[in-house]
Amino acid sequence: MLENLYKDVILEHYKRPRNHGPVEPHTHEEEGFNPVCGDELTLYLDVHDGKVQDVGFVGEGCAISQAAASMMTDAIKGETVERALTLARAFRTMIQGGEVDPALGDLQLLQGISRLHARVKCATLPWVTLERALAEEAGPLQDAAPGASAADGVVE
Amino acid sequence: MPPLDPHALRRDFPILERTVNGKPLAYLDSAASSQKPLQVLEAMREYYTQHHANVHRGAHTLSVEATEAYEAARAAVARFVGAPDPRSLVFTRNATEAINLVAASWGRTNLHAGDEVVLTIAEHHANLVPWHFLKRERGIVIRPVGLTPEGRVDMEAFEAALTDRTRLVTTFHMSNVLGAVNPVRRMADLAHAAGAAMLVDGAQAAPHLPVDVTALACDFYAFSGHKMLGPTGIGALWARPEVLDAMPPFLGGGEMIRKVDVDDSTYADIPMRFEAGTPAIAEAVGFAAAVAYLERVGLDAVHAHDRALLAYALERMHALDGVTLYGPEGEDRGGIVAFNVDGVHPHDVATALDLEGIAVRAGHHCAQPLARSLGVTATVRASFYLTTTTEEIDRLVAAVTRARDHFAAFV
Repeated sequence: MLENLYKDVILEHYKRPRNHGPVEPHTHEEEGFNPVCGDELTLYLDVHDGKVQDVGFVGEGCAISQAAASMMTDAIKGETVERALTLARAFRTMIQGGEVDPALGDLQLLQGISRLHARVKCATLPWVTLERALAEEAGPLQDAAPGASAADGVVE
Repeated sequence: MPPLDPHALRRDFPILERTVNGKPLAYLDSAASSQKPLQVLEAMREYYTQHHANVHRGAHTLSVEATEAYEAARAAVARFVGAPDPRSLVFTRNATEAINLVAASWGRTNLHAGDEVVLTIAEHHANLVPWHFLKRERGIVIRPVGLTPEGRVDMEAFEAALTDRTRLVTTFHMSNVLGAVNPVRRMADLAHAAGAAMLVDGAQAAPHLPVDVTALACDFYAFSGHKMLGPTGIGALWARPEVLDAMPPFLGGGEMIRKVDVDDSTYADIPMRFEAGTPAIAEAVGFAAAVAYLERVGLDAVHAHDRALLAYALERMHALDGVTLYGPEGEDRGGIVAFNVDGVHPHDVATALDLEGIAVRAGHHCAQPLARSLGVTATVRASFYLTTTTEEIDRLVAAVTRARDHFAAFV
């Protein structure tokens, strides 16, 4: 079961994270913190013409939070803000044990975490941080995902 | 003294038969909360099915029976910590509340701006935060004492921290992270010589060591029922009766009063003065049943069992490459092992263990200053008690090895 959860691809993202480091220049900088684990994250976004032109993160924490952050940056780089937020909602749905949207691609590999409630906040940390960063962009798109609640948000 | 037999004792703890993630549970988190034997559950059930009514007031038979059960529980818990007088034992919700009671009641009466409170950097937050409140409220000075590299309180630094402004020394009996046992008697004598009172946080020690508050020479001793086979929601503060008698109330309401007018009230004698409202009666009964269970097993036997398991665990963990162990390794150490695995975040270790049915804790363990002083954000903690077996330690070691190897496959 250890191998199922901590798959090769997850350990790869943990040991050699993608888009690791601050982004200059950036239009958004947002901090996230998971008090359960002590995971920390600073997310940098460069958003122009409604697209996430560049993204980077700096962080410290458990394999799940850091791998999730790395995989997220891969998934949203070059995407529109709307698409990024759609992916965020789809990810949170999957992690909470809901339906799995095939558009999530590689992110589906984190699905096993939905069975480990203690670690859900680790996986959603980067996504919740992203949603907070893009809150002004989102406008009417920013509805709560199905099943999402205040309890999903990072407590800081 | 016969050694205890954990396999025999396990029969009293049905939860230990559970499977977790398809594997038999190996519960190595007693330092967070202990499991409960049937005898404790049965005592509470018997109370509720035969004797329950509200206590201390009431003119009917059930209320008399309930009161006798509650006060007998008080006497039993007082005897357990070597207190001859049950009036010196106040039931609280837990050790945290007991410490808060001292801070709010004794603290507000006796601690003023510039007065110093000496404690260590390894305290549980329950024995830090109440003093922070007093610092904000009235400007007391907190004097923290550090640890030696081995993980013991630095006694030279402790003695140096005592000044003519010291009014209180407060510290753990056993550290919930390092397992270190403080030389409480020596610290209490030094505190008293400096004109200070001595408060001991016994939450981790009372379940595992024989405690005699007279021999420890402390003024206050706080402990929790749920860490020593009792139910949650009940703990106790022992205090020297003359100290307790001079303290103003903590919470106000029914039970703790003598006379009440609309605009003023007078308050009861100890210990009732500190027990406002309907108490956790069934929980107190459960606490007494837990005490009885531990007395039958024998605290010396419990301590010997913890020590034997610790020696075995340390031997096996020291043999693992890539594992860092924390805490002193002498006689002054209880059955707690905090550790880290190179290249694996503590929460990932805990998850890897959980997938094998092994329950440990990961994080700062309500001791953030200690974690910082160790140079880590978190550690993994395995803790032992009277039902822990060497097989469970073998499983722990195997799972830690497996996690280490799985993560190390990626360099």
